[in-house]
Formats: sequence, structure tokens, C-alpha cells
Amino acid sequence: MEKHDGPDPGQVRIDDPWYDALASGWGELDGTGAPASAVPPARGEQDDLSARAADVYLEVQRSAAFQEVRSRYRRFVVPAVAVFFTWYVAYVVTATTAPAFMARPVVGAVNVAMVAGLGQFLTTFLFTWAYARHARLRRDRAALDLRWDTQELTRSVAGGGR
Amino acid sequence: MTGNHQTLALLLFSVFVAITLGITTWVSRHRHGSAEEFYAGGRLFSPMENGFAIAGDYMSAASFLGISGLIALFGYDGLLYSVGFLVAWLVVLFLVAELVRNCGRFTLADVVAARMSERPVRIAAGTSSVTVSVLYLVAQMVGAGSLVALLLGGTSEAAQTWTVIGVGALMVVYVSFGGMRATTWIQIVKAVLLMGGAIALTVLVLVRFHGDFDQLLRTAAERSGHGKAFLAPGLKYGGDWTSRLDFISLGLALVLGTAGLPHILSRFYTVPTARAARRSVVWSIGLIGGFYLMTIVLGFGAAAIVGPDAVRGSNAAGNTAVPLLALDLGGGASSTGGTVLFAIVAAIAFATILAVVAGITLASSASVAHDLYASLRRRHAKPRSEVAVARAAAVGVGVVAIALGLLARDLNVAFLVGLAFAVAASANLPVLLYSLFWRNFTTRGAVWSVYGGLVPALVLVVLSPVVSGGPGSLFPGADFQYFPLDNPGLVSIPLGFLAGLLGTITSTEAPDEAKHAETEVRALTGAGAV
Repeated sequence: MEKHDGPDPGQVRIDDPWYDALASGWGELDGTGAPASAVPPARGEQDDLSARAADVYLEVQRSAAFQEVRSRYRRFVVPAVAVFFTWYVAYVVTATTAPAFMARPVVGAVNVAMVAGLGQFLTTFLFTWAYARHARLRRDRAALDLRWDTQELTRSVAGGGR
Repeated sequence: MTGNHQTLALLLFSVFVAITLGITTWVSRHRHGSAEEFYAGGRLFSPMENGFAIAGDYMSAASFLGISGLIALFGYDGLLYSVGFLVAWLVVLFLVAELVRNCGRFTLADVVAARMSERPVRIAAGTSSVTVSVLYLVAQMVGAGSLVALLLGGTSEAAQTWTVIGVGALMVVYVSFGGMRATTWIQIVKAVLLMGGAIALTVLVLVRFHGDFDQLLRTAAERSGHGKAFLAPGLKYGGDWTSRLDFISLGLALVLGTAGLPHILSRFYTVPTARAARRSVVWSIGLIGGFYLMTIVLGFGAAAIVGPDAVRGSNAAGNTAVPLLALDLGGGASSTGGTVLFAIVAAIAFATILAVVAGITLASSASVAHDLYASLRRRHAKPRSEVAVARAAAVGVGVVAIALGLLARDLNVAFLVGLAFAVAASANLPVLLYSLFWRNFTTRGAVWSVYGGLVPALVLVVLSPVVSGGPGSLFPGADFQYFPLDNPGLVSIPLGFLAGLLGTITSTEAPDEAKHAETEVRALTGAGAV
């Protein structure tokens, strides 16, 4: 949990979260703009206790802090997956449909195909580095806080039931 | 091959076996027999240890022997495997590793079953996991067989058979006595050995060419008899459109399959947190990336130094290119250096096969005991008895893999692994991604997406040229080949996703919003993770 000194982790602490969300109640819009509808009784005959534990997760899911963690995750992962997957598929398709292009020499015996293949290695390393950095600086701390809060709530619900 | 090779290689290999058996005994001395310990090694490995173990699990004989062999025979087309095998880790890192660590306990089915009606989902996911594992095991067994054939001169079928049986028996011992903890340490030892061997050979190849990669490529191209075409795509997959589609199909299967491999998924449960799971993947990407870069050098090195004809003469599928390269690099068949290097490489390849086989066997025995057995026998089995079932399942899986391994002896190892990846990508990946990311996913969707990927993948393999209708088929005499591609991925992966979609849409049961919330919160925060 070291290295938490990126530009905005503090932000997470400030609008942190969780109590805010409680105070604002959870009948309002969720982050996606859809009305956060009342919870349908998911499993008809569930006993009270686990039903309330389930509510905890719904509640956390709708909290601003969780939505922030989730959108940070998605904002990185969705474009990254789109880019690397397109780049990979483009590489494979080009290799099969345009071998003449791939065979074009670049330097000495090294041709376009070889450069593209090694480029795939390079981009994989870069993506790995970027993802690990992003997760460490932008997600880990907030996720950990949420984890403890959620577990605390689950426990208090379970405790209160007894 | 002289007797020296054999003796030395067998000696080194025996040392490895002795060490790993020692590890197995050592880690199992305080055994409690809990499921946590057996399947997940107590979840106390460090990211670096797990990273090495993942790399050890992943860098199979298929990579070491198969890919280098394909590059030696077909030049650039073999390189696609290296690229696909590595890029696949981005899918694992971004979409799977952390979330699976947070949501599951031991197997893939845990993640899916948490949201769904447990029994049908567990049976479906358990079945597909076992299928994938067995296919993957067959590839390793074939690798072991061809290695021995090389070592003993290629004539002795009995020796080959006994090796496959011996490898199978050893892995059962590792898995059933040592569980995940022993298996992990075996992977780590093996990963270090394999990296060491690959580095040594790569350095020797580069020294031979005075560090000139360009010179290496040119010599390989010349020696191959294909000239410049050897360095460009198209030699193996460049003919008609069928083989080009096959290449694309394979590429898809490789990049999407890794995230669905049961023995890879189960590795994430051996570390304490999602963060540790992520860091272990980062470690393993570093190791695996480095390793595949080296296989490229080794493959072209084998083409340049040994020559494709000699490689093909030893094993038609190219599986023995690297040991031959080692022999040559050490100074040739009659020299001490050649003998030693050859023996080392052969022993490392054996060790690799053994370790990977142990990892897969463990994962599939977990699927059998934790998913299939626990669901099919409704009485709540105690953890203790579940572990006993897992030990028995390890034996069963071993027997099946040995039998199939003897049958599939003449297929290229990397190619067989490609099949396992295609099935994993079709049957396991869609259900995993849907469960983690799709709010409206239902039980029916989950079951349909598993079977909707698994069944087409298997049926297409049976109807493909691999099984019948060609000179290189499993049953060259018969002809029930209706599907033109060797690798079913291009068709079966979209089918898996489509089946999940259709199953969910047609489902009468409303999606369970609370369970989705639980999965999503747990996946991203780690709340309630074991």
C-alpha cells in the first residue's frame, strides 16, 4: 500500500465516500444516470439476514466511492483492451492477407513482419507497465478503503441480526 | 545418439525428480488436508513466487520445444505462436486476474456460481475445465514422448510408452501428496531452470553469430531453402484461404484462450490479495515475454545451425529442434560439450513437462472434486473428503491423459496446445467475462455459453482434418472431415459468446440484481474475499 502519492489520491479521500452516499440516501440516480430502482426482492424466500447482507452490496455498489473506483477501472481497461486487441487482430490479419507487405525489408534481413512482431512484444510490456501503474496509483487505495467499509457493514448487519 | 547422452540426461533428470520429490515430502510434512491448503497452497505465496510459478505453468514443453520447432521449420509463421501466447496475458491482466482472485475460492466455477443457480453452472464449468485440462495434458504427454524418442534414438516405441506412463505416475504422486504447495514450488524450480537453459542457449546462438541478429536471420533464411520467404509470413499458413483462415483462427484462440485455462486461473488463488495477483501477473509477463523472445532466437538459430532438414529428420513436427540445437552448440554429437548441453536441455524439457503436467492435473482434479463431485453428490461433503476425491481424481485424469497422449503421438505439441486454447477460449472465457461484467447475465445464459462454446469446439475438432481425411490425421484411413480448419476458434469462440447472449435473452428468470452487485463490489474491492 505504499506509494500513494500520485496527483489525485487525495481526492478519493476528500469526496470519500461512503458516508456521503449514505447521507444522500440511495434512492437517487446512480452513476449511469439510470434511476437506482428499489431492490427487487431477489430471491423470494431469502431469510432476513442474508437479504440485508445483500443490501449492503447494493448500497455499496451505488455509493459514489465505488462508482468512482469502477469508472477509473473501466476508463483504463476498456480503451486499453480495444487498442491492444485491434492491434493484435490487425497484425494477424495483415500477416495472412498481405504477406507481400509484411515481407518488405526494413533494415537488412529484418522486414516489416519482424518489426511488427517485436512491436507486439514491446506494446505488451508497455501496457502491462501502464496498467500496473494506473491500478497502483488510482485504484488500490480507494478499493482498499471500500473493502474495509463494506466488510464492516456486512459484519454489523450480521451482528445486528443476532 | 550415443549412450553418453542418455546416461547424462537421465541422471540430470533423476536429480530433478529427486529434488521435486523432496520438495513434495517436505511441504507435506505438516499437512492438514484442508481444501484451502490442497487447492490454493494456503494462499500465502508472494507475488514474485507466484509470478515464477505462473510462468512455470505457462511455459510448457509446447513453448520450449514446439514453438522453436515451428520457427525452425516454417520460419516466421511459428513466431505467431510466441506473439499470441504473450499478448494473451493482457487479457488476463486487465480483465481476469484481480477480479477472479477477489470473487472465487478455488476454481473458475466459483466465480460464475456465486451469481447463479449453483448446481447447473458448476457442472457446466467443471466439465469444460476438465476437458480443457485433458487436452492440454495430452499435448504435454506428446512432448514427453517425442523427447524420449529422440533421446533413445527414436526407434523404441516401448520406451516412449513407458516414459509417458512414468511422467503420468510421477505427476499423480506430486499432486496427490503435495497439493498446490508442492506443485507451486515445482513450478518455481522449473521456471528458473527453464529460463536458465533458454538464456544459456540464446547467448550461445548469439555468440555463434557474433551478436549479429541480422546475420542469424540471413543464415536461417539461406539454410532453410526458402530464402527471404522464410522470414515473412505465409510458409505454413500462406497457401489457400483455408489455411489463412486457420491462421487467424489460431491467433484468436491463443490470445483469448489463456484467460480461460483452469490451471492458470487457479494460480491466482495462491496469493493473499488481488493486488498480489496483479503483481504476480506483472512478474509472469516479464518472464514469459523474455522467454518467448528467446524462443525466437532459438527457433531461427536451429534453422541456421542445425538446418530444417535435420530437424525434420529427427521429428517430423519439429519438436526436437532445441535439443538438436544444443547438441550442435556444444560442439557436436561426439564432443563432451555437445553431450553435456544436450543432456541439460533434455532434462530441462523433461522437468518442464513434468511440472506443467502436475499443475494441470491439480487444476483439473480441483474441478472434478470441487465442482463436479460436490454438485453431483448433493450431500454436503466435508472438505476433508473433498480433498480425498481430488486425490483420486488426479489419478483418473492422469490415466485418461496417458491414454490419449499415446494416441496423439505424432502431432506437433504447439499445435495441440492451440486446440486446448481454442476450447478454453470458447467454453470458459465467455462465461467468465459475462459473469464479471454483464449485469443481466442469468443462469441459463451461463450454462448455454459454456456448452455453446464447448460442444461446437469439440465437434469441429472431430470433423476437422486433424482427426480424419488427411495423411497427417489421427485416423488417416477414415474420412469424416467436414470442417476445413485445423483450429476451431474462429467459429467456436463467437458461438460461445453468442450462446451466452441468447441464453440470457431467452431466459425466463429475472437477473438477480443483488447478486450482480455483490459480484461487482467484491470483484473490484476485494470485500469478502477469502
